[in-house]
Amino acid sequence: MANVRFLLTGDTSLSAEFGNEISQSINAKIRAFTIALEKSDIPGIIELVPTYRSCMIHYDPGVIAHAALVKRLESLLDGLDAIEIPPSDVLEVPVLYGGEEMGPDLAFVAEHAGLSEREVIELHTSTEYLIYMLGFTPGFTYLGGMSDRLETPRLKQPRVKIPAGSVGIAGKQTGVYPIDSPGGWQLIGRTPVKMYDPNRETPILPKAGQYIRFRAIERTEYDEIAAAAEQGEYVCRTYPRGEGKA
Amino acid sequence: MSITVLNPGLLTSVQDLGRVGYQQFGVPVSGVMDPRAAKIANILVGNDEAEAVLECTMMGPQLQFTAANVIAITGGNLEPTLDHQPVATYAAFVVQAGQTLRFTGLRSGCRAYIAFAGGLDIPPVMGSRSTYMKAKIGGFHGRKLEKGDEIGFRAANPDAPNLARRHIPPEVRPRNSYAVRVLLGPQDDMFTDAGIETFLSKTYTVTNYFDRMGCRLEGREIEHKNGGDIISDGIAFGAIQVPTAGKPIIMLADRQTTGGYTKIANVITADFRIIGQLKGGDRVRFVKTTIEAAQDALLAEREALRALRTMIGPAKRQSPQKRS
Repeated sequence: MANVRFLLTGDTSLSAEFGNEISQSINAKIRAFTIALEKSDIPGIIELVPTYRSCMIHYDPGVIAHAALVKRLESLLDGLDAIEIPPSDVLEVPVLYGGEEMGPDLAFVAEHAGLSEREVIELHTSTEYLIYMLGFTPGFTYLGGMSDRLETPRLKQPRVKIPAGSVGIAGKQTGVYPIDSPGGWQLIGRTPVKMYDPNRETPILPKAGQYIRFRAIERTEYDEIAAAAEQGEYVCRTYPRGEGKA
Repeated sequence: MSITVLNPGLLTSVQDLGRVGYQQFGVPVSGVMDPRAAKIANILVGNDEAEAVLECTMMGPQLQFTAANVIAITGGNLEPTLDHQPVATYAAFVVQAGQTLRFTGLRSGCRAYIAFAGGLDIPPVMGSRSTYMKAKIGGFHGRKLEKGDEIGFRAANPDAPNLARRHIPPEVRPRNSYAVRVLLGPQDDMFTDAGIETFLSKTYTVTNYFDRMGCRLEGREIEHKNGGDIISDGIAFGAIQVPTAGKPIIMLADRQTTGGYTKIANVITADFRIIGQLKGGDRVRFVKTTIEAAQDALLAEREALRALRTMIGPAKRQSPQKRS
């Protein structure tokens, strides 16, 4: 795999840079590299941070020096084509759309798009969104793939507090607020699932390289899932991409 | 309980060496700002280097003890007293139930670290006791300490042996001008030659915008080739971010995991002890070094801390071994 640059990011990490744009093909390469690296026996690696353009590799120089690590990473890249990369998982996230409490801006988004609220929900739930990376706040996903028709500008006046689980649209982006935070996204619904729970074995559900698909639910199911999630008993459905809906 | 907070000071929080392993999920590392000082405090009281300490910022807290223990204070000299008698920094000493620790000034640095033998009774969250206040994660209920808070000792060890040997000369000294070693990258190629030259030759002054997330510097503008925006990538401790306006920001413990500004260089680990103690008005010059020299310095620092631990001796009194 050509054109990968190993850039210095201090003396305990480096950045394997695959490109300088937001693209599915670069993301796929980063994902393959990250999986290969996780499977490899290169010693001293502490954690990996995949982003739009690169995979940052934190390591212990007491175990492996920079030059030796770069050599190992180069040979890993050479053998990358031979490594089997499983298809990405799709994480299904149930969402209650609309309503003053959960999705106060659904009507505005629909009006802006010249669609009915039902059509907005159908469009929003019909896509598998690629998780390019997480950042900004714990568990916040940078998703790609939203329909152009749903593009809506941010609120002119951001809200002071948006509840965790809120699903919003801002410009070309869509996503879920993992924790209570201020923000200017147009809120179209809310998920009862805790995307972030520090006391859970897997504190944060989404992972870079996976996909998210939203599923519209009604109030009864919302309440059931919320109750189960509160007990730590709700597990989001995941399925390998390409196997589609059940 | 073992510590009662009579006055929290400006910003006192529970920190260890950070929350490792969750950056890919957007969780900042947090942890102490001056890891070397915190590690030394822990070694002096016989703890693991990674044990949680209290990080005290500029104006230290008033803490009353309700149980005896051995403690040590390192880092910036915030002029500690115990029941109004000055106590030495970089030295372990015994505190008794009923005594009060106060901080009375700011003679050097910015942040002091208090280590408690046996550690603090704080539950780890995602593998760490560090406080990330913005998202209310970890530490004492996810926040800085407040008046009336009570924190327990996990395993107080008031009769730790060799107290007389548990001290070293203070390492943070009163000064305000520093040379900081850096490695260029990851986006040094997005700056002009003149921009790199400016960065490595001019002196920068710490503004009043400095906190656990980052430290904004004032000084000659650093010239980009094409502006300071990039498609986001990861940010390491000590990364020097230069947005389009050309003024550098040193990214610190509570930095966000990813960001969209060019990073011209990264401070080397051996000099985190400098950047973790910067405060408004301090002056900084950046000196380029090599990855080999930086990693040698890091390993030498680790070796020095190992030697310190050996010199001090065991943390527990040797009891007669009974073997069956």
